[in-house]
Amino acid sequence: MADLKIRIEGLYKIFGPNPGAAIELVRDGVSKQEMLDAHDHVVGLKDINLDMTDQSIQVVMGLSGSGKSTLIRHINRLIEPTAGRVQVDGRDVIEMSKDELRDFRRHRASMVFQRFALMPHRTVAQNVAFGLNIQGLERGEVDARVTRWIERIGLGGYEAHYPGHLSGGMQQRVGIGRALATDADILLMDEAFSALDPLIRYDMQSALLDLQSELKKTIVFITHDLDEALRIGDSIAILRDGEMVQQGDPQSIVLNPADDYVADFVKDINRSKVIKVATIMRPPANDTEGPTVDGEMLLEDVARIMTGEGAGWARVVGGSGEVVGRVSTADVMGSMVRQANDDDTVQAAQ
Amino acid sequence: MPSWLTDFPQLDRATLVDLRRGLDQAYRGFSREFGAEIEAFFDPLLFFLVWFERLLINAPWWVVIIGVCALVWALTRSWKLIIGVVIAFLLIGFFGMWKDTMSTMAIITVCTLVSIVLGVPIGILMARSNRVQMVVMPILDVMQTMPAFVYLIPVVMLLGIGKVPGVIAVVIYAIPPVIRLTNLGIRLVDREVLEAADAFGASPWQRLVRVQVPLAMPTIMAGVNQTIMMALAMVVIAAMIGVKGLGQPVLQSITNQYFTQGLLNGLAIVALAIVFDRVSQAYGKRMQKHHGGTVHG
Repeated sequence: MADLKIRIEGLYKIFGPNPGAAIELVRDGVSKQEMLDAHDHVVGLKDINLDMTDQSIQVVMGLSGSGKSTLIRHINRLIEPTAGRVQVDGRDVIEMSKDELRDFRRHRASMVFQRFALMPHRTVAQNVAFGLNIQGLERGEVDARVTRWIERIGLGGYEAHYPGHLSGGMQQRVGIGRALATDADILLMDEAFSALDPLIRYDMQSALLDLQSELKKTIVFITHDLDEALRIGDSIAILRDGEMVQQGDPQSIVLNPADDYVADFVKDINRSKVIKVATIMRPPANDTEGPTVDGEMLLEDVARIMTGEGAGWARVVGGSGEVVGRVSTADVMGSMVRQANDDDTVQAAQ
Repeated sequence: MPSWLTDFPQLDRATLVDLRRGLDQAYRGFSREFGAEIEAFFDPLLFFLVWFERLLINAPWWVVIIGVCALVWALTRSWKLIIGVVIAFLLIGFFGMWKDTMSTMAIITVCTLVSIVLGVPIGILMARSNRVQMVVMPILDVMQTMPAFVYLIPVVMLLGIGKVPGVIAVVIYAIPPVIRLTNLGIRLVDREVLEAADAFGASPWQRLVRVQVPLAMPTIMAGVNQTIMMALAMVVIAAMIGVKGLGQPVLQSITNQYFTQGLLNGLAIVALAIVFDRVSQAYGKRMQKHHGGTVHG
């Protein structure tokens, strides 16, 4: 298990004329709707606790109004909490002085925005340089880093263009370049790909995973799209109406949704792209014939191998190559479609 | 019927006279006391204005035209404008108004510079604080609607007749647009872009000079353009308190009924106005071109 990077503890955010008094009511169990109707306060976040691991991608998912964008803005304190703590490497961001906070934002945590938030009067190169200018780096150093990052995000040749002349996907590449150029170890991405077309979005997800395999940042990624969450998240937290509903790795969320809200989210998911074969295997048997597959492999890949070889069984091996279990084609297929049964009957009836 | 229902219950004549006399005397006392200091305070401005006016008048006409064209090219990159400028200046010179035009250009330039130097920071302060805006807005309204003659009186009482009171009167009249539009431009800067600046740890100063002012620039330039136009409109009134330039022959024409002289000098003012207007607008537009439409894609 990797190290703890960001710890959010007992975080509350209440909007309204007197949040200090309102928080007591919320703690006493007054509901969000009642707070709004009777007390004129909006509960943005309620008792959020979340630990994020170093060098991993933490996805925070929820529909609009669930408080996910409010939550991510507490990590670099663009929003002040009503109560609670946000610790980064053991240091409480909420306690920081103005200067410390500025320094934290300049060097430790950079951000990518849903609608890019690029500076329209600056060229691509000048936008990527923005954080470095703010850091006060000298020109030679800035130019060197900007050249490197523009190349890395695939915008070589567009240095002198203005953002307004670029497509959405390219603009967001600039946004990512701007965020990465500061060398911050934390990357906050607020619905970074939500404004993009599906195909571009898929490309950008791949580009992000590609960058992450090399850079090993701690990424907090906000999204309302479960497919996106499952694809890029090492860990997923689901928010609803400002409350944490469930957190865990993608597989556990698909296999064990905590409530109807989450179950509703995951019901149309392509389970073969989420569930790992080790989760569904049976105990090993000595006489198993067939291909060998890694326990970490997704069902989709296992099914491809098994059908390709026409094998009825496969042996599952662990990290060091020892056989830890076996699966049949029927097991794999069954796990892929398990929940689909009820849906099919409903559709057939219509 | 009581008398206050038939006649408006006004101050009696003696009190009014006393009030007027009291205020007038207090102000006269003030100007006698501090007039010299205040005049000395404006000396650098006067010095610059005189130097600039002499420079324009003493330089050979073709040097001035080349200089203006170079400036226009630097600001707008437009051949059409340069041709227009050359034709306008040649006609002005041909009809014998070269010297007066140079004087007017000098005072308009100085007034515009003073308005920008004072107006942009005031506009920035207004944009940062609603309270400042609440105080400054009504003052601007008064400055724009109060007839110019009214504030000429105290200015002349304080500083006498001449260039500096002329500049002050023109600036009072012309500065509101640059203040208003600086305020507006900065307030209109996209909140998401400002949030991004904050997220990257920009200090308030970095935010102002790297994000707010550059993004507000087209709007600020529209204010500068308005300020120049209003300053030109004040040329004739400024001439009444001794400012040399195209205004004086116009005043002369009014008293002597010289229709043609009035028309020609009036047209020269119009020509200057068109040149200043097109140049400042083209400059503003050129800056906007960098934006290239919206940020959303």
